[in-house]
Formats: sequence, structure tokens, C-alpha cells
Amino acid sequence: MNRKSLAWMAIAAAALIFGGCSTTGGKGGEVSNGSQGATVVDSGSGATTSAANQSRNWKGNPLDNPDSLLSSRVVYFDFDKSELLDTSMMMLRAHAEYLSTHQLVNITVEGHCDERGSREYNVGLGERRADAIKRFLEAEGVSSSQINTISYGEERPADFGTGETAWAKNRRGVLVY
Amino acid sequence: MPRIFSIVFALFFAAQAQADLTIEITKGLEGALPIAIVPFAFSEKKGVPAHNVGDIVAADLQRSGRFKPLPVHEMLSRPSRGDQVDFRDWRALNVENLVIGEVSPNGPGGYLVRFRLYDVFRGEQITGFSLPTTASDLRSTAHQIADTIYETLTGQPGAFNTRIAYITSTVDLAKKKQRVHLRVADSDGYSPQTIVSSDDPLMSPAWSPDGRKLAYVSFEKAKPSIWVQEVFTGKREKLTSYKGINGAPAWSPDGRHLALTLSKDGNPDIFVMDIQRRSLRALTRHWSIDTEPAWSPDGKQLVFTSDRGGSPQIYRVPVSGGQPERLSFEGKYNARASYAPDGQSISMVTRVNGQYRIATLELSNGDMSVLSDGQLDESPSFAPNGSMIIYATRVKSKGVLAAVSTDGRVKQRLVLQAGDVREPAWSPYYQ
Repeated sequence: MNRKSLAWMAIAAAALIFGGCSTTGGKGGEVSNGSQGATVVDSGSGATTSAANQSRNWKGNPLDNPDSLLSSRVVYFDFDKSELLDTSMMMLRAHAEYLSTHQLVNITVEGHCDERGSREYNVGLGERRADAIKRFLEAEGVSSSQINTISYGEERPADFGTGETAWAKNRRGVLVY
Repeated sequence: MPRIFSIVFALFFAAQAQADLTIEITKGLEGALPIAIVPFAFSEKKGVPAHNVGDIVAADLQRSGRFKPLPVHEMLSRPSRGDQVDFRDWRALNVENLVIGEVSPNGPGGYLVRFRLYDVFRGEQITGFSLPTTASDLRSTAHQIADTIYETLTGQPGAFNTRIAYITSTVDLAKKKQRVHLRVADSDGYSPQTIVSSDDPLMSPAWSPDGRKLAYVSFEKAKPSIWVQEVFTGKREKLTSYKGINGAPAWSPDGRHLALTLSKDGNPDIFVMDIQRRSLRALTRHWSIDTEPAWSPDGKQLVFTSDRGGSPQIYRVPVSGGQPERLSFEGKYNARASYAPDGQSISMVTRVNGQYRIATLELSNGDMSVLSDGQLDESPSFAPNGSMIIYATRVKSKGVLAAVSTDGRVKQRLVLQAGDVREPAWSPYYQ
């Protein structure tokens, strides 16, 4: 998490402590708690709920809610491919929604590969994967200035083993707040 | 939260007695030349040097796979001077060549190394030298002697007095963290020194043509940049840190340019940088991944990996610019090319039935030969005499280095004492 979002969290926390449930008008970055426990973001023209938050009352940063799709940060890819899988879309949409309504929050999208193939080519492939995620988020309304990308190729595996199971875990994109 | 990392630069220090790597011949040449190298004598009783020159020469020649040194315990005599040699002792053992020598003190911290090479059946000396040296250069002098013997007897220059750069890593599985080091060792695995250490990835070490500098990619501060570091002083400077990928540095033969991969303009392309002026020129402009450039020995061509045809293949483009020409046509994955020192062939990684192997491609006729037989072989690098290719492979999930002769007949495994090893780069002849 970068310093800006930390600062906003501090301000939001302070607002919660001192202001109780308050709603503010205007765009961007201000979080307030609605009465049902769902996180409400006021974009100036009515409240919109953020992603997938049901019975549990979550107070605090939606990014930290373990029931939310936002807690999921990894998407996986097929071998030698950088196309997003259908199974990744819902989770990425949740992040897109969060980011487009919290425009001071930045993320880094990491692209990774499994160990097969040459290392520098894999850095290129990892970048393709990170770019695919970035383009999807932008198409869903996130500003490109909020998204950094970096490719680690095969250099930062999630699983240091070898074989299909490890490889599948390593072909991934990671959203880092 | 800022990422915690540490970079350590180590200066050159005196040779260690232990090898970081041990080298096993897994396949030697049939009909390797039987040779006897008598352990070199020391002229004094005290102050015997830590390294025996004769032993180092014997190990070098054996490692080439082309020689079969006689075990010391089978020797009938141990001459160190010409007048002590009785050729009957050696003919009786069917030895074709004999090497003897002596080391003596030569001023403070200095030695004089004398050796002679004989043709046993003719009963004649072929060559002999006296080489002044120092304690810290003693191993290097031994490698020079091995080079001389190799060249005299095979007609090819030796490559024993060379070094290899490589990346090693140790993994803390509990913390899921990896610490990586860029190291340089003698090509027999001795005297390892750490060039850089980091908690962030290090990749693609590349020797400058004079053997004094290494370019490499470092992910310190959470972004990839290309650095150039002087091996002997540890002094380094950052050469590129553009947005996106900064990777695959490769020195031109005249040392004045670096080819590299940058994706700052939208996707990975090959650029050539004038090192002194820091000016950049794009050599490829294509939506594909173009990476892993390597220079021809005459400095006029670059080979590189591109997936512009749908999957990675090897292409060649004139350094002066122009349309890239595809070179690899067998298989759906060919990458990481590098030129042989004579410019007649390239080595590369090729995928055969899902296995990644090292192959060479003859440029005159497109003939491809697969030289290795692992599953995840990568990063081939030619010895400066073109006789061997060192590469990275995996043995039971452990990263090790291996070497194969370019005719495929000699195979070696180089095992690191601790951790994984990868990305070897064989140094040029040191100038």
C-alpha cells in the first residue's frame, strides 16, 4: 500500500472516530459506513455499494474485508498465454469498481510466469499479463494513472517447486495495493 | 511500506582454497589422450604454496574431456627437472605426454614456475617455460600452463584461464523469500567472489569484452534496471531505468555499445545504446516481444528472440538497421541465441516435446543439433575458444550448471555446494 492510501485510511479512521456515520458529497476517496454495514461510497449522485458484501458487518477499509472479492488479489493464466480467463473477470471488476471510486488509491499489477522457457522472454510474457489486467481495469473505468505494472518473469515464483501444480500457481497476475 | 532490501558490493579478495563448485565429468571422450602430469615440486622445505600447480593443470586437462591424466599413485617416479626424467618409466605406462615442473620463491610474495612438456615415445621436450608469478596469481598461472599444453597438443587454444559469472540463490521456504547473488568464479569453480547480493531478483549477467565489467539486471527498489559494475573495484553505475522492462544487456565486441531490451515505448523491443553518449537507438519496432539480443563477433549483426511469428523464434538483424530475418525453423520455441566465437554458428534454447534443451544452429546451412538432454536447460554460453557451452539445468529440482562440448561428445556437471545456480556467463579472455 502506498503512502497516499495510508494517509487516506488515517483520515477515514479519524473521521469515523470523531464524526460517526457521516456522508460527504463530492468525488473520490472518501469512505463512509452505511447503516447495513455495507461500505457506501458517495459519488455525489447517490450511494453505490461496493462489491459482494453480504451479512457480515464490515467496518473499515473494504480492501481488508475477507468476505469481499477485493481480498482476492491473484488471477491465473494458461501456459504461454496472457489472455484473462473468464473466472478472473468478476474479481477484477470488483477491483475496478473500488479503484474507480477511490481515485487516490494506486496499485501495482505484477505479471509472473512459470519456470519454463527462457528468462528474459518470460519477463516479456509477464509484462503482457500485467498489461492485460491493466487494460481490463481501464476499460472498467479505472484511470491509468492509478495503475503501475511490473513484470518479474519467472524470478518471483509463488511456489518454488517444479511440475504442473507449481507451474499453475506461478502463472499469475497479482494486484498489490 | 517500503520494501526492505540490501545490496552488498564485495571487493575482490584473495583466492579461497575451497571450490564453490565441483565439476564432474559425466561423459568423457573415448580415446582421450593419456598424459602424466607430475605434481610440481617446491624448491624449499618451508613455505610450500597452498595450491599445487601440477594438480591444477591435471584437473584442467581432465575437465576438458580430451585428456586422461595418469593417477599420481601409479607413477613410477616423480621427476621435477629434465635431468631426472627416465622415459622408460612413462613408456611402461603407455603415457604419450609428460608434464613436469617446479615452483621456487621469487622475491617477497613471488614465485617462479618452471614446466616442461615431453613427447614420451620420442623422448623429446616439446616446450617449456619459466613463469614469474605471485601467490594470488598462482592458480591463474597454472591455468595458463594448462592452456599452453592444451593448445600445443590439440591445436586449439585452451580456455582454462577464464572465469564464469553466475547467479545463485537460497530460498527461505518458510518466509517464501529468495536471496540472490551474482558471483564470479574461476572456470574450475575456485575463488568465488560475490559481486552483488540482493533480496530482489538479479538476472542476465553479461561480461564486457575486456573481462573487467559485468552488466546485469537488478530489481532493487522494485523496478528492473540495467547496471554496469567493475569486477575488481565493485564500482557500479546504473545505465538504464526506463519505464517498463530494462533487460537482456549485451556488449558489442568493441565494448562501446550495449544492446538491450526496453518496453518503454509500449512493448519489448531491441535497442542499442552508445555507452559513452548514453544515446539510444531502436533496432526493432514491433508489437511482439523482442528480447535477448546477442552480437555477432564482427559486431555487424544482432540475433534476438521474437514471437512476431506467433511463438518465440530466433531472428537476425543488421546492427545498422533493417528488416529482421528469421533463422530458426525447427520447433515452436527457440530462444536465447548467442554466437559462437568464430561466428559460424549460434547456440540457443529449443523446445523438443515439451523439454527445453540446448542446441546449436549452423548459420551456413541451418542445420540444428540438440546437445543437451535435460528438461529445463537454459542460458547457454560459449567458452571463448568455442569448444564448450556452459548452461543451466536442473537435477532433482536443484539448479546446477552443466557444460557440453560443441560436438556433443564431452559432458560435465558443475555442482554448487549450496543453493541453486543459474544464468552462467563464460568470461572472454582476460585482457
